[in-house]
This record gives sequence, structure tokens and C-alpha cells, in this order.
Amino acid sequence: MQVYADNAATTKMSKKAIDAMIPYLEGVYANPSSLHTPGQEAAEALMDARERVAKCFGCEAREIYFTSGGSEADNQGILSVAKKGERLGKKHIISTAFEHHAVLHTLKKLEKQGFEITLLDVGEKGLVTPEQVKEAIRPETCLVTVMYANNEIGTIQPISGIGKVCREAGVIFHTDAVQAAGHLKIDVNEQNIDMLSISAHKFHGPKGVGALYVKKGIVVHNLIEGGAQERGKRGGTENIAGICSMATALEDAIENMDKNNEKILKMRNRLMDGLSKIPHSIINGDKEMRLSSNVNMCFEGIEGESLLLMLDMEGICASSGSACTSGSLDPSHVLLSIGRPHEIAHGSLRLSLCEYNTEEEIDYMLEKIPYVVGYLRNMSPVWRDLEEGKRNHVI
Amino acid sequence: MLYSEKVMDHFKNPRNVGVIEDADGVGEVGNVKCGDIMKIYLKIENDVIVDVKFNTFGCGSAIASSSMATEMIKGAKVSEALELTNKAVVEALDGLPPAKVHCSVLAEEAVKKAIKDYYDKNGIEYDPDLFPDCGNCEHCHV
Repeated sequence: MQVYADNAATTKMSKKAIDAMIPYLEGVYANPSSLHTPGQEAAEALMDARERVAKCFGCEAREIYFTSGGSEADNQGILSVAKKGERLGKKHIISTAFEHHAVLHTLKKLEKQGFEITLLDVGEKGLVTPEQVKEAIRPETCLVTVMYANNEIGTIQPISGIGKVCREAGVIFHTDAVQAAGHLKIDVNEQNIDMLSISAHKFHGPKGVGALYVKKGIVVHNLIEGGAQERGKRGGTENIAGICSMATALEDAIENMDKNNEKILKMRNRLMDGLSKIPHSIINGDKEMRLSSNVNMCFEGIEGESLLLMLDMEGICASSGSACTSGSLDPSHVLLSIGRPHEIAHGSLRLSLCEYNTEEEIDYMLEKIPYVVGYLRNMSPVWRDLEEGKRNHVI
Repeated sequence: MLYSEKVMDHFKNPRNVGVIEDADGVGEVGNVKCGDIMKIYLKIENDVIVDVKFNTFGCGSAIASSSMATEMIKGAKVSEALELTNKAVVEALDGLPPAKVHCSVLAEEAVKKAIKDYYDKNGIEYDPDLFPDCGNCEHCHV
């Protein structure tokens, strides 16, 4: 059996999203900047897509800027606000310790340029509070950027509350909503969100396309200089097929959100409860305030990459925050941020579901994963030491 | 593919997994913080490694490197096993990705440490330079 449980990494494109691309690959392939009729047809499709995306977040079409994805949107949003902050002598930015690297690395870059960055502690549950944000805001704070839902442990942040605190303090609030868009109800006005980043391939749309919402009045700066595309804020001929497909995928995700979440949550809870029975395992992140699709656990005494390879042999596609999978010496910064020690963080497993998964697949994973964990523990000197009492259990 | 077929073969079907209760030499290297620990057990008779087993906590290439290293020294003379290099392990595995070469270093060090343990237990004299104590995981994580 083949089970795809890595939907937080990317999703399978929906038939609707694929169908929405085809007309702009085959027939309406003209450049939307061209004056001729086919070009204007493409321009209309682009405008229509912009309106459809805007409607999904309760904003205006002109507040949507299409990008190459979530990372670009994060970069552009943060750097735009920083530029203004620098001019005004407001060089303080607040974020959290477990943001996506698209945010963290951008902040690191700003830090080298003299910005002061406050990364809020997310605690063992992987949640920040509006009060924490409020306390951290200073007169020189120009931006607060807090992710909507964490990509590894799926915890959902109190975005409306944080938005309110920022609005009251007159600080711009950006949220990386890459994991949330299409999965949670978002209304930028009701939630006081000034900037929001999304990525199409996280909700059954294509890769290489995303968007940045920017509340009108906030100045956007270019990352890519070029033509007049995206109101002059992003050069480069638009990815029309991708953009139209994203709009369709997003509308579809929102239309079916409640139904999908109900189905996914039922499967997820059964999976998480079943895997929790594995001795010396622990769930990462708050159990309630988390995406209905996300399971993230650590298993003591084993290492994540070998776990993934073994699961792959059984046809299960998953992900891990071990150092070996991150390509660095340290395991996932997200797991470290919620206080997991290195040796525990190395043995992590993330399973992320979608509505295409089935109860049969959950049964299959509940059969295979405990077996694989047991197999790897059996050849682990760390596990042997734990069993023989030469080393103390941490979880 | 990240790994060669040889690596995957040794990962999927690791040779010599286990523990030797009455081992003549045991060597453990690595640390949990870095995410790799290898433990090698040797049974030695008349200066020949008659049996070898390993336990490994680590990634796919760590398991494959341990498996390959144990296969390479099984039946060898102790002096021959001492000459096992991480390079030879990498070659036998048809290569490892650059970030994973440290796994083969661990395999070499685990074998050496087990032999040192055998020498120490049996009062056999040796040149201490043969067994440089690394103790630092970071240098091989590039």
C-alpha cells in the first residue's frame, strides 16, 4: 500500500486545479501585458483570479500580489515593512522562535543590517499569546510577524488576538499563513491582519505560485525589478496558469473546508491516539489548537531519518525533524523551541493528512509504524541502555 | 536517489545486527545529541575476529556503514581490522553523500575502539597513536 502522509510538505494537485491550468497552457497563452486580444484575455483571467483570491480572505483585489510562493511572499512582506521602519528609525521586529526559515532567515538578514529581533518563546505547547506580543512591543517596533499555523507541529496561533494587539499599538502585523490558507477560515479585516503569505501547493494547487496580501496604505517594495506586473511591485511575466489554478484550488478548499476538516480530524485523532500507545513516545505541540491534519511525535531511542527510510520501504511517505533530514548538525528548530532535547528531537515523525487519505490508510499506518519503531529500537544501543537502566528515559 | 543501491541494501538488510554478551572487545562511539551512536562487539579467537555484531542509533547511512564495516572485518585478523579506514567503508558502499561521510568515520572509530578494548582487557601492548581519541562529533559533520 502507498500512503502519502506528507501533505504539509506539498499536496497532490486536485483535478479541478489541473483543469483550471489547461486553458492557459493551450489556448490563452498570450502575455497579459500584450495589447492584442489574446493578451487581453489573459489579463482578464489574471484579474478574475486576483478577485477570486481576494474574496477568499475578505480583502480587495488590489491588495493581492502574486508571487512564486510562500517564501517569496514572506520575504517581500517583511522586507517591505523593514524598509519603512528603517526610514523612520523603527528597527525592532517581533516574531517567534519557530517560524519557517523563510521568515527566520529574512529576520537574520535584517539583524545583520542593524535591526533588533525579538523571537518570542512558544512554550512546550508551541503557542504564543497576544499578551506576549503586547509586552514585547516597543515604540520602535515596526513589525510583528507570527505564523498562522506551524508547519511542523501544526499548532494554530491566536492570530485575531495578536492582530488586535498590533492594531491597537499601531504596529504592522504579518502572518505566514502558508499552512493555514485553505484549511482554516481567514478574514483579514476581522482578524486585523495587515499582511499574509500563502502558497498554492499546500491546498492542492500547483507549486511555484503564491500570494502576498498587503493592506492598502502599506508600501510594498520590489524583490524583483522588471516590468509593470503586479502594480509594478514584482517584475516578470505572470504565471497565469498557476495563478488561475491557485484561485480555483483555494475556492475549492474553502468551499469544502468544514467537510474536509471533519473527515481529516477523525482520521488524525485515530492515528495520533493509536501511535501514542507506543511506549516512550510524546506528541509535539498542543493537542487542541492544532491543524486537523497534523501528527507530530517523538519516539525515544531511534533516529528520524532511518525511521523515514523504513517507512518509505513500507510505502508510507512521512517527514522528520532529525538533523540528518535537515542537512545540519542540529535537529528541527521547532522541536528545540518547544523544549525537546536534541536526542528526542532526532527521533521525530511528522504525518500530515489530507482529505484524500482513507481510514484504510490509517489502519495500515497504525500497523506499520509501531512495528518499524520497534525494529529500529531493537538495533539501537540507546534503546538498549534505556531498557537496561543505564540511561534514563526522558519521555 | 540520496543513497547508492549498496547503502540501501545494507540499510534494508543489515548484516551482523545484535549483541555479543561475552564479547572480547566492545566499542561505542558518537553521542545522542548528534544523533548517531554506534556500538560494535567483537569475539576474538587466536587473533582472528570470529564474530562481530553491532547496534546503531542513527540515520540510514550510519546503519549501512556499521553493517558494511562489520562485514569487512568478520574473519579478519585483528591487525587487519585495525587498518580498516572510513574511506574503504565508503568505497565498499559505492559512495556516501558528502554530509554522510561522518557515518563511515564513526564505523572506523567504533571498530578501533572495540579493538582497543580487547587489547586493554587482555593486557596486550599497543601504540597509543593507533587510537586517537576524537570525542568530537562536530568535526566530521560538515
